[in-house]
Amino acid sequence: METSSSPGSDARPYGRRAFLAVTALGLTSLAWGRPAWQALSGATRPLTDALPASLVPTSGWRIYTVASSMPVFDPATWRLRVDGMVGSPQSFSYADLRALPRAEQVSTFHCVTGWSVANVRWAGVRLSTLLDRVEAQTAASVLSVVSAELPYVDTLTVEQARLHDVMLAYEMDGRPLARVHGAPVRLVIPQMYGYKNVKWVERITLGRAAEPGYWEQQGYDTDAWVGASNGL
Amino acid sequence: MRRFSRTERGLHWIHASAFFALLATGMILYVPYLGEVVARRPLVKEAHLLTAVAWAAALTAVVVLGDRRGLRRTLRELDAFDADDRRWLRHGRAPQGRFNAGQKLNVALTAAFALLFAVSGTLLWLGERDTTFRFDGTIVLHDGLTLLSVGLLTGHLYLALLHPTTRHALRGVTRGDVRVDWAREHHAKWVDGTPGPRA
Repeated sequence: METSSSPGSDARPYGRRAFLAVTALGLTSLAWGRPAWQALSGATRPLTDALPASLVPTSGWRIYTVASSMPVFDPATWRLRVDGMVGSPQSFSYADLRALPRAEQVSTFHCVTGWSVANVRWAGVRLSTLLDRVEAQTAASVLSVVSAELPYVDTLTVEQARLHDVMLAYEMDGRPLARVHGAPVRLVIPQMYGYKNVKWVERITLGRAAEPGYWEQQGYDTDAWVGASNGL
Repeated sequence: MRRFSRTERGLHWIHASAFFALLATGMILYVPYLGEVVARRPLVKEAHLLTAVAWAAALTAVVVLGDRRGLRRTLRELDAFDADDRRWLRHGRAPQGRFNAGQKLNVALTAAFALLFAVSGTLLWLGERDTTFRFDGTIVLHDGLTLLSVGLLTGHLYLALLHPTTRHALRGVTRGDVRVDWAREHHAKWVDGTPGPRA
């Protein structure tokens, strides 16, 4: 029976067209979404900068953690242990670390999941400075960087650790590193994806071999070069 | 008079409650401040994923066990935009059927968003396990959908809860029926013509 509100001859299938058009637009955005988003967030920067970064990740940072609690930094008790195949194992307090030669750099942070934060201002200690300080043995080829957020750990070859732009950062964008970014120190290795940039670093152990890192155990590449690893 | 069947109301409320649960857990994963306060990211992520699976399973169950013939008829209604619907979209006034043109568009958008949420969410999950499934835009799509959905939902809630002339519709989707005089005012062609859903 034809009734006045059932589809008559003048009816057009706009419902399914709208559904299919939006679905197609969404699926293709897997390819164009990221550049479009970056252009858009560039244009709305003055507006979004006014919002607190803790509420909306407008700065581009996303906070990824793996444990059931986030480490708390206590300057009185915090230590960074550097041991393993070194001439002089040492335990650095926060003040000790700040007293070491300070390095600064501006670099872009790339996450393997597809987001990046451009031009982050870091300050900290070159990893090569630290390795010299503890007299790393020449036979040592790998180092494990252990996070206070257990079981998070990652590894670098000594060669990678001595790259000119690798540091243990204690400042980000002119401020002491915030808790969510790994206070008091995180590893910064801009040429590799974020999962190599261990947060809440509390121990560095040198050796001839190392257990695979947290994400490497789940199939991610050990040499996480930006743009040349993890299928990207 | 009866506006929504039990099947239709079931689908509405499953989708609504899953959306709020996914939004809440998603916000904890997304907003840095909440992430720091709650701090149990792996647990929240599990909850987010389980909610998504439960959402899909519950919708499927209601469709399989519910009034499928009625749903097919409703789908045809939602798909078809007649001359009055097109007039309504241009001028905001024209006699409407059981769904007005705006409601039809809302369903089309909500369905497309739901599908895209499911696809991008699945890709995020798979991409953590296999690089083949990792795309540049997945996370932007998932986040962008959240933003658009919250916008759409805000309008939907305003019309359903606050706007004086439309909020009577809430009774239709909770109890199933609406007042005939209200239906005549807003959905004249439905009152005059189409039989309502059974049950």
